[in-house]
Amino acid sequence: MLRTSLLGLLCLITASFSGALYANPYEKTLANGLRIIVKEDHRAPTVVHMVWYRAGAIDEVDGTSGVAHVLEHMMFKGTDKLGPGEFSRRVAAVGGRENAFTGRDYTAYYQQVPKRALPEMMALESDRMANLKLDAGEFAQEIKVVMEERRLRTDDNPQALLHERMNAVAFQAHPYRRPIVGWMNDLENMTYLDARDWYRRWYAPNNATLVVVGDVDHVALFRLAESTYGKSRRHVLPERRPLVEPQQLGTKRLIVKGPAKLPYLAMAWKVPKLKDVERDREAYALEMLAAVLDGHEASRLTKHLVRGQKIAQSAGAGYDSTLRGEAQFVLEGQPAEGRTVAELEAALRAEIRRIQDDGVGAEELQRIKTQIIASQIYKRDSMMGQAMEIGRAEMTGVGWRNIDTILDKIRSVSADEVQAVAKKYFGDDTLTIAVLDPQPLAAARPRPASGALRH
Amino acid sequence: MKNVLCALFVLLSCLTSIPSLAGVNIEHWIAASGARVYFVSSRDLPMLDVQIDFAAGSAYSPAAKAGLAGLTVGLLDAGARIGDALLDEEQIAAKIVDTGARLSGSADHDRASLHLRTLTSKPERDAALELMRAILTTPSFPDEVLAREKARTISAIQEAATRPDRIAARRFAEAIYPGHPYGVSASEESVARITRDDLLAFWRGHFGAGRAVVAIIGDVSRAEAEAIANQITDALPPAPVEGPLPDVTLPQRETIRLPHPATQSHIQIGMPALKRTDADYFPLLVGNYTLGGGDLVSRLVQEVREKRGYAYSVYSYFEPRKLAGPFQIGLQTKREQAGEAIKLVEAVLADFLKKGPSASELKAAKQNFVDGQALRLDSNAKILGYLSLIGFYRLPLTYIEDFPRRIEAVTAFQIREAFARHVRPEHLVTVIVGAD
Repeated sequence: MLRTSLLGLLCLITASFSGALYANPYEKTLANGLRIIVKEDHRAPTVVHMVWYRAGAIDEVDGTSGVAHVLEHMMFKGTDKLGPGEFSRRVAAVGGRENAFTGRDYTAYYQQVPKRALPEMMALESDRMANLKLDAGEFAQEIKVVMEERRLRTDDNPQALLHERMNAVAFQAHPYRRPIVGWMNDLENMTYLDARDWYRRWYAPNNATLVVVGDVDHVALFRLAESTYGKSRRHVLPERRPLVEPQQLGTKRLIVKGPAKLPYLAMAWKVPKLKDVERDREAYALEMLAAVLDGHEASRLTKHLVRGQKIAQSAGAGYDSTLRGEAQFVLEGQPAEGRTVAELEAALRAEIRRIQDDGVGAEELQRIKTQIIASQIYKRDSMMGQAMEIGRAEMTGVGWRNIDTILDKIRSVSADEVQAVAKKYFGDDTLTIAVLDPQPLAAARPRPASGALRH
Repeated sequence: MKNVLCALFVLLSCLTSIPSLAGVNIEHWIAASGARVYFVSSRDLPMLDVQIDFAAGSAYSPAAKAGLAGLTVGLLDAGARIGDALLDEEQIAAKIVDTGARLSGSADHDRASLHLRTLTSKPERDAALELMRAILTTPSFPDEVLAREKARTISAIQEAATRPDRIAARRFAEAIYPGHPYGVSASEESVARITRDDLLAFWRGHFGAGRAVVAIIGDVSRAEAEAIANQITDALPPAPVEGPLPDVTLPQRETIRLPHPATQSHIQIGMPALKRTDADYFPLLVGNYTLGGGDLVSRLVQEVREKRGYAYSVYSYFEPRKLAGPFQIGLQTKREQAGEAIKLVEAVLADFLKKGPSASELKAAKQNFVDGQALRLDSNAKILGYLSLIGFYRLPLTYIEDFPRRIEAVTAFQIREAFARHVRPEHLVTVIVGAD
């Protein structure tokens, strides 16, 4: 019944509307290499304005880990024309909200503003693309803030710490082994010159994508971009060398101790990512497998391990097929009170084995397809969500034009394909297993606070 | 299939030419059941949001059974009846997923809430609403599910007791609300005491239409919205209308230090301060923007983060509730410098209490609120939040459109006076977790 009705909905749509607005989103590349993607959405008189740089932790080298993120902080410290903090004051003055984030694969800056403020945002953002002022004094203050951020998000968060250490073990050569926030020692020894070098190397129009979603006219937007971002000069970008992790030759295990009550377990297998949107099938099958395990309230891990067998306090699966680096398929969870990490590990493995042996049901696949169709509609309620989706697709090399193709491809995955990837990629030799070994609070002593001597 | 999906995109693009969210037209009525209903028709997307809020938050749980409100909401979908069929939790979860709907529940101090987002194509919408009605009106609270969820809740409480932020939040609430339900958090003991009869009694006593606010936004007509409100409220239990919560008494000034091995101290400073319906709401909101509400531009951020690099996150806020909700300043800083950071925060606060915002700060704060009006209303999800807020706290229907005018009307004098009334140093409690 459901399948028919959803198809009914789609047919209605096909019948009722012409393809007149098929072009939305709109795309243009300026002479200096800046790519622009505009998605017109006129529901409300607001705009999301984002600039994405194809420079993230993946592009860092040993000794200056975290510099992409440190530079992101420094981008708020002023330009030749603008004093420190002035950028944020200007955004606030138009009623806007702003922030920035650094990932493994990219760094992005955004403002959500009433539409009339868009020209000013474009002037401000294009100014700091080219004219950032980096001085030692501002850097010395801001690096302390970044170290506090590391303490808050990683050092005092046992599960985050576990994932940091796990990546450092799972990857030996590939840059995903370094944490985005950077090792504390690298932050302690970083100077403003490291940030300046990073900025000069990567912050260029031909390494950036402008994404605008909201109540704008794309023609006017392109013109405005020309008169703001268009002034920046193209750079010669450094060569990007292939970054390939040598083949893993056996299971890796690590233990991380930290103040906690419950243990926590994470298992990561090296698996393929999406390289060719049209021809690849395995990445889509892995996406479908992750959704069957942990895509919704009735999916397998919660249903079997948390509710049914009561082995897990929580259990999850994760796989991201679209990234610049190498992909992992992760199963993770906390054992329920009275159960052990070993029991949880066995139970998670049994869930994979069950799919290897018995496959997945048509009903389960249909459920995921239904979720995908519904989420395609729900996501339209958030301009920010849409801008994020476009930006990520651009940065990871997939391209915004393929966003719906990919969803469509995932919907086309068969039960046999899911079973095939479950059989092929979950061997022990590509597996890394990390366990959080919980320590009583009283026994755990404060670690010496790094950075105390430097400043 | 691919073409069909593209066509879907076209639809979504075509229908977006009317700036329907620019002004929000709220329709309000009382359903036959007695539930208060707030509705906005939004035709842009083929989806529907329905939220129902009850005066059934954690403040209504007996202290000895703290955690009851959360468990009651959390277990609504553990079993329910549709017609003659008794559905178990797996059947309910599967049915929801099969409609493409998202259903979530939550409980804060004042409210217990259930939120449904569904497609508006008829079979999906009807099935999702039927489920929502079923779990609201015929929850079975099976014993075996309750036992499991109690165990999981107790585990989560034990885990939280190892986290510095959670320890700080719990102790802070307890300290600023001595002897009051707002200060009580669920404990291993209180959760262990909760029985199926408690859940049934709490549901019967609090999930009645007379305590309910229904907020609806989406691609439905007024007539359809009326039918939906009736459908989900006409068989609710006959709970009594809400009675008053006990009065809040102010704490004495105090500093509480708790050990923790973290590298940072987690610091919270504050006191009970603001009712949702208080006349000082707008002066406090505008004033707090300058003190610690404006993201990167507030005084606290400037002094603590930008000038000294003491913290990544430092903020202040008022959290208005039915009774006086907290005013709170929070930060985390390397433990060796916690003392210095607290002195600095106290100095910033004292200076603000004495002088209030400067003329230029006040202007900047007002600009941010007034010019940011459209950003508060640019999605159905955001408007839904306002509908339930307005309904639950009985704010005027014109609350959203009046908002800019109320902000503009605030004066620096009002801000100083309002802060003097609501943020009183002799009652400020400081909690430091990870104190040396």
